[in-house]
Amino acid sequence: MTDGQYALEARGIVKIFGNHVALDKVDFGLRPGEVHALLGENGAGKSTLIKILTGAYQPTLGDVIVDGSPVTLNNPQHAQTHGIGTVYQEVNLLPNRSVAENLYLGHQPTWFGFVDRRKMERDARTVLARYGLNIDPSSELGAHSVAVQQIVAIARAVELSGKVLILDEPTASLDRNEVERLFDIIRDLKAQGLAVVFITHFLDQVFAIADRVTILRNGKLIDTKSLDNLTRTDVVRLMLGKDIAFSGATQLEENRPLGEVLLDFKGYGKKRSVMPFNLTIHKGEVVGVAGLLGSGRTEMARIMFGADSADEGTVSVAGKPTSISKPTDAIAHGFGFCPEDRKAEGIFGDLSVRENIVIALQGKLGWFSALTRDEQMEIAGRYGESMDIRAASLDMPIKLLSGGNQQKAILSRWLATDPTFLILDEPTRGIDVGAHAEIVRTINRLRDEGLALVVISSELDEVVAYSSRIVVMRDRELVAELNGENINPGVIVQAIANHKDGVQT
Amino acid sequence: MIRRSLLKLANPQLLALIGVLLINWLLFPNFFRVTWQDGRFFGSLIDVLNRGAPVAILAVGMVGVIATKGVDLSVGAVMAVAGAVAATMVVAGYPAPIAVVAALVVGLLCGLWNGILVAILDIQPIIATLVLMVAGRGIAQLITEGFIVTFTDPVLIYIGTGSFLGFPMAAVIALVLMIIVTLIVRRTAIGLFIEAVGVNRAAASLAGIRSRMLLLLVYSLSGLCAAIAGIIVAGDIRGADANNAGLWLELDAILAVVIGGTSLLGGRFSVPLAFVGALIIQAMNTGILVSGFPPEFNLIVKAGLIFIVLVIQSPLASRLAPPRIKPVAKAAAK
Repeated sequence: MTDGQYALEARGIVKIFGNHVALDKVDFGLRPGEVHALLGENGAGKSTLIKILTGAYQPTLGDVIVDGSPVTLNNPQHAQTHGIGTVYQEVNLLPNRSVAENLYLGHQPTWFGFVDRRKMERDARTVLARYGLNIDPSSELGAHSVAVQQIVAIARAVELSGKVLILDEPTASLDRNEVERLFDIIRDLKAQGLAVVFITHFLDQVFAIADRVTILRNGKLIDTKSLDNLTRTDVVRLMLGKDIAFSGATQLEENRPLGEVLLDFKGYGKKRSVMPFNLTIHKGEVVGVAGLLGSGRTEMARIMFGADSADEGTVSVAGKPTSISKPTDAIAHGFGFCPEDRKAEGIFGDLSVRENIVIALQGKLGWFSALTRDEQMEIAGRYGESMDIRAASLDMPIKLLSGGNQQKAILSRWLATDPTFLILDEPTRGIDVGAHAEIVRTINRLRDEGLALVVISSELDEVVAYSSRIVVMRDRELVAELNGENINPGVIVQAIANHKDGVQT
Repeated sequence: MIRRSLLKLANPQLLALIGVLLINWLLFPNFFRVTWQDGRFFGSLIDVLNRGAPVAILAVGMVGVIATKGVDLSVGAVMAVAGAVAATMVVAGYPAPIAVVAALVVGLLCGLWNGILVAILDIQPIIATLVLMVAGRGIAQLITEGFIVTFTDPVLIYIGTGSFLGFPMAAVIALVLMIIVTLIVRRTAIGLFIEAVGVNRAAASLAGIRSRMLLLLVYSLSGLCAAIAGIIVAGDIRGADANNAGLWLELDAILAVVIGGTSLLGGRFSVPLAFVGALIIQAMNTGILVSGFPPEFNLIVKAGLIFIVLVIQSPLASRLAPPRIKPVAKAAAK
């Protein structure tokens, strides 16, 4: 049996929420003294698996095995007593208490029932020294940088558990030097025999620190492999589910003549968000944006629409230089934007389908030229029909509609403004097959009508099917622009994975 | 269309108002008796309209604020400020129209101040308006120099106690204001935008709605309404009382809006129903007074009413009584 070698193991884990299968018979084994990366796109089941390993969720089926014996973990505190500690992306310590208190909260050394502050601070100093931190344990935690807080969180997790350390996107808010420092600490812990699970969206970091990798996709285990034998391309392919046999097998759009230039972004970017990029967009073309989650694709869409304002570069619309610093500027130029998070930024849940459709047009018309109810009904009815929005009544609250119908309503909202340029961020995520097809059909129709579109999607087949051109984002940078024959999943996967020479380790 | 608006009248708020009035009638048989005397109507019903006017006016301003997911705690204090401005100006010899306009402008500026704190500085509304709630009374006291400034100006007194076509001036002003504000928000797109911002400000901003301008507008309107109510109350007692004018009325105004069916979580709102909410509160107050119960009951009955309204609006109640429209398709997983 190889099982004995695992510090923490999950065997045949199934987790079902309602009628949605979040994890489907997933096995996961973690050896002492290894850094094990857990990868997968959004919705792949990473966080569900982590929550089961830390006792926050109970598996529907399957076992969690610690040191060879099955255990039931009731909650994260309970997992801690089995030696499993977790550090989350957002440091969840108490910024207004001292470093020492944060290290020992709930476990303070006591002296006749009173907290022995002096001993606590002395101990804290020794612990922190082991992590290369020479800070005053009595100082307030919030006064230190996020990186230091992150290290304190790790120190706390290791002190309290000491066998397994789960790091959930610990580097998301750190700069490069801080990441290096964190990695040094992880290497130390690994040398001490700790088993580390490392979750991140940055592939470079996976290759820099991890020994093995487990990849999940749509709740299923794809593979667990040693990184020695893997290239970046292999990993991306496993994450996105693209077989080599598949590449080149897509039908290409015949090279159509490009329309006039509509938009020209030059050196457009925003610090700490998207590195400057150049992008020219013509009328009647779909520019697909590919890239992993966190690659800067959404940030790029947001600065194009003025939802975040760019702090460098220029943009010109139809040849005229202009500035787009807020959504109303963009809308005045005929832009429209369907955001990625439909619920939080797209729909007005309590308002009717009708109002959700007319709102952008009304916003464009301003406060005083209100559409009458009849006009609203006419507009909403027209798009409801052409987009096939399934609603019992256009007056019902949009929150009662399915995700696909909500997405169609948001698309209709922009079509009603008679746009020249649409940005769609993951327009087909989480919607049913019928609505999916309708939206892809609409994208093709709009392109034929001469609109310019930028479509962000993780579905490579889909991007390939409708894009005239594809730009690839990696690490907040536009790294490739693919044309003609290069528009196929194989090349895209290569571009997403490709390691830029010597820039980052 | 006409049929539709008649049906709309049969809503819970109007039924509640009728219910409260009927209970009053049972407790006090003369409740519905209205007499004509000295060129004006008299009676308990008229009293409800007259006494309820200040809160009704506040509610007309408050409803827009609450629909944007905000709240304006300063309206009571702004009433005191506006009353103080109007009173000291007429006492100092300015003509009444100028004093009134000055008081209205001051109220508008107070509202604008709240709006700037909320819309530009992004301070939570409850804290932002708390500033002026506290400072307002101080400002009013500075204006009146600590005294109750009494006046004999006939125009101000007419605004507070006069009558128009036999109806109390205060009630006429409240009704006209309610109609004007309703027309403004419903005949323009402002009402829709207020609801959109209240439901989802992030989505509103991406849909191209200038939510900051809108917030400045609703808070300014609330300040203006508070000033109108302040002038009426000052005219009614023929003096400006910086300490007591409008005291705690912000809470009645919020209650009126909530009774009127606007959720404190923002979104859907109705100006006329908030107005009706204010009348319901006053009908209870008046009912308890005329039926001879000790006024202490008033507070307990009011608290009971708040409790009932909140229970009706709670998530539990909406689970027990699911919406009549059935969802067409199940929400997509996740």
